[in-house]
Amino acid sequence: MSTTTTEAVRVERPTSRVETFLGRHAAMIPTFAAVIILIVLLAGAEAFLRGDFITARNLSALLLDNAYLLILAVGMTFVILTAGIDLSVGSVMAFTGILGAQLLVSGQPVWVAVPAMLAGGAAIGLLIGVLVQYFNVQPFIASLAGLFLARGLAFVVSLSSIRVEEPAVLWLQQTRFRLGDWYLTPTGIIALLTVAVAAFVLHLTRFGRTVYAIGGNEQSARLMGLDVARTKVAAYVISGFCGGLAGLALTAYSGAGYPRNGIGTELDAIAAVVIGGTLLTGGRGYVLGSLIGVLVFGTIKTIISFMGAEQSWMQIIVGALLLLFIVVQRVIVSRSERRR
Amino acid sequence: MDGAVGAQPLLELTGATVRFGADAALDDVSFRMYPGEVHSLMGENGAGKSTLIKAITGVLPLDAGTLTLDGRAVRFTTPQEAQRAGISTVYQEVELLPNLSVAENILLGREPRSRGVISQRLMRERARQILADLGLDLDPASTLGTHPVAVQQLVAIARAISTDVRVLVLDEPTSSLDLDEVAELFRIIRELRARGVAILFVSHFLDQVYEICDRVTVLRDGALVGEYLTPQLLRIDLVHKMLGREASDFKTRQRGRVEEPDAPVFLSARDVGAAPGIRGADVDLGEGEVVGVAGLLGSGRTELARALTGISRLDTGIIRIEGEPVNLDSPRRAISLGVVYSSENRRSEGILGELSVLDNITLAVQAHRGVLRRMRPARQRELAQSWVEALGIRPPDLDRPAGTLSGGNQQKVMLARLLALAPRVLVLDEPTRGVDVGAKVEIQNLVGELADNGLSVVFISAELDEVLRVGDRVAILREGRIVETLASADMTVDSLLALVASPDEQEV
Repeated sequence: MSTTTTEAVRVERPTSRVETFLGRHAAMIPTFAAVIILIVLLAGAEAFLRGDFITARNLSALLLDNAYLLILAVGMTFVILTAGIDLSVGSVMAFTGILGAQLLVSGQPVWVAVPAMLAGGAAIGLLIGVLVQYFNVQPFIASLAGLFLARGLAFVVSLSSIRVEEPAVLWLQQTRFRLGDWYLTPTGIIALLTVAVAAFVLHLTRFGRTVYAIGGNEQSARLMGLDVARTKVAAYVISGFCGGLAGLALTAYSGAGYPRNGIGTELDAIAAVVIGGTLLTGGRGYVLGSLIGVLVFGTIKTIISFMGAEQSWMQIIVGALLLLFIVVQRVIVSRSERRR
Repeated sequence: MDGAVGAQPLLELTGATVRFGADAALDDVSFRMYPGEVHSLMGENGAGKSTLIKAITGVLPLDAGTLTLDGRAVRFTTPQEAQRAGISTVYQEVELLPNLSVAENILLGREPRSRGVISQRLMRERARQILADLGLDLDPASTLGTHPVAVQQLVAIARAISTDVRVLVLDEPTSSLDLDEVAELFRIIRELRARGVAILFVSHFLDQVYEICDRVTVLRDGALVGEYLTPQLLRIDLVHKMLGREASDFKTRQRGRVEEPDAPVFLSARDVGAAPGIRGADVDLGEGEVVGVAGLLGSGRTELARALTGISRLDTGIIRIEGEPVNLDSPRRAISLGVVYSSENRRSEGILGELSVLDNITLAVQAHRGVLRRMRPARQRELAQSWVEALGIRPPDLDRPAGTLSGGNQQKVMLARLLALAPRVLVLDEPTRGVDVGAKVEIQNLVGELADNGLSVVFISAELDEVLRVGDRVAILREGRIVETLASADMTVDSLLALVASPDEQEV
């Protein structure tokens, strides 16, 4: 065998700043790409519409119109980071929305109705999480069951739309915190707070790092003594809770609960998360990326309606973007694997 | 280094028995480890090595017997409990998180905090300190997955010793390391030994066991054979104790071909280049000849195999079969020309663990025939049965899921699958890796027999003595180039080692 005296270690230190950066933050590249896409979209629309697009009003509306989607995307980010998927959130949003509307109309106070919405969403998340973790059901199937359950429950509560006249909800709907032409709505603030809390939890708590660890390699995470079971269930509970919160935001936004709300919205949320740079295979991605993804999504929607084009173009463009991003992610992943 | 004799064992297992159903995987085994000593656990696959490791690391409970640590009886029910008591394990497959930073991989689960939240800065500092203690200069903030497997393995060790480690279990730590990396690992092991850590080093490589271990415990069929001081145990005796049979089973193959330079060349490759990393490779493979390929990890062994078997596309060069230029642009095409490849990654690119032995053997033949010419089930069984008997696959049960067989038998199943295609050229990439000594010898002998029957074989192995023993000639790879092809009769392991190591490392 070889001789025994080796002093220097052959681990190559990255030589340039670029290499150091890539060694540390390669996972951020897709998110940067999303930022660039967003800038290109905004600049393109501005040029095309001759300066009528990037206005304080439009950009403020972007957050208002997509607050519910942003909240869903935050919850979805947790689940996707564990390499799971949650198809139930669109229906959970509809169910909790109609549940809250029904409770308020039947005279329950806000402090009963809102916690009931959040708890309802979290409960469906818990059910899915338990199915996934303890009964070893594929997340796709478990959350599909959650989707049907929540949608069914929504129709049980009411078959038709329920208007909400409750003052607190009206306040959520109508308040504008203004700064010049810019404004923020309470739902927009809730959505941004959700992002901030999620970013904090994901990066600075053991729970958050365990979410990433599970996505990296579940078996390893378990052997490293991390609490995999509880964390995985909690990710689905968070997603369900966000579904409830989105239900509140959407009810406030539209002024009513409607059992047919949010059909297919779970797919919009997944698309936003993926465009924002989170890998569907788990373990890589950022909740801030999901914010960017939602903004990209919302910008495309706005551009389409500005141009007066068919709404179907929206789906075609999002589909194309999604395809592009998944290909980009594949390339990044396979390149980083080759470096080993 | 066996100054520990007379001291109290740090860890002692007495009368340990672990049963799976009616079978005892470990039967009344006693085992002890002293502080500041490297101890090796030797035995064939199925001898009970992994069961013993699992018993002392809290993965499996003991059905009988006692485990004492520092003279006090302990009972672990989870790996975490064992870890808290100072027993850390590094598993064969690197069990870390490629998507997180090096620092997190070392410290996650007991990460430093400031004001209640994880402090990335403190974590990086602590990790840098731990790595520096091991003599590793590595950016703690870098993503683990961007480093080579060998570095990841060292990070796994850093994690294991970053706790207050007293017993360190290394299960096959060197199976994916090259010579330099092994030397690096050994330096770290020696350092830990000097600090008084008791190290359990499990490896198939006898050379390494003799280089690093102070004491050896040999197991066979779940029972204790004995405990020996390494310097007092001859290699041949060790193998004998492990196998329970005479080591003369190592047949030396009759080498006829070397003296017959006129043996017709079946496959010839000229100036073959393929990404990543194979350049200007020339290979001539005679009928019935075994060409061994020797080289360090990363020298392009697997890449060469893949270039010859239609898996990687050739960037340059040409391959001729019986003088005719052929275009091996896919494995399928290569198979139809009689060139087959057996991957080094048995689990991911070979055995379909959930399918039966029968399916695993007949799969390739059936695929080659196409769906329209389905083999009758009776014919399939007959074919599979004949290979199971010819290769001595144990247990000879066609319907058992292939994943439940031992490594050596899985390898034979893969061989059977390829041989059922009636190939002319067999390219074997590390066919004996992770295989116990007995099965290793059987596979080596088998290759010899196949060659005597006219099959041409390319035999790739990291173990130089094996390459020499099996190959008629040996092609020496260095940094993607075949630097020399020599008759193995003209070489010794030492001279081969000198050729394989790059010139500036020839301090051997």
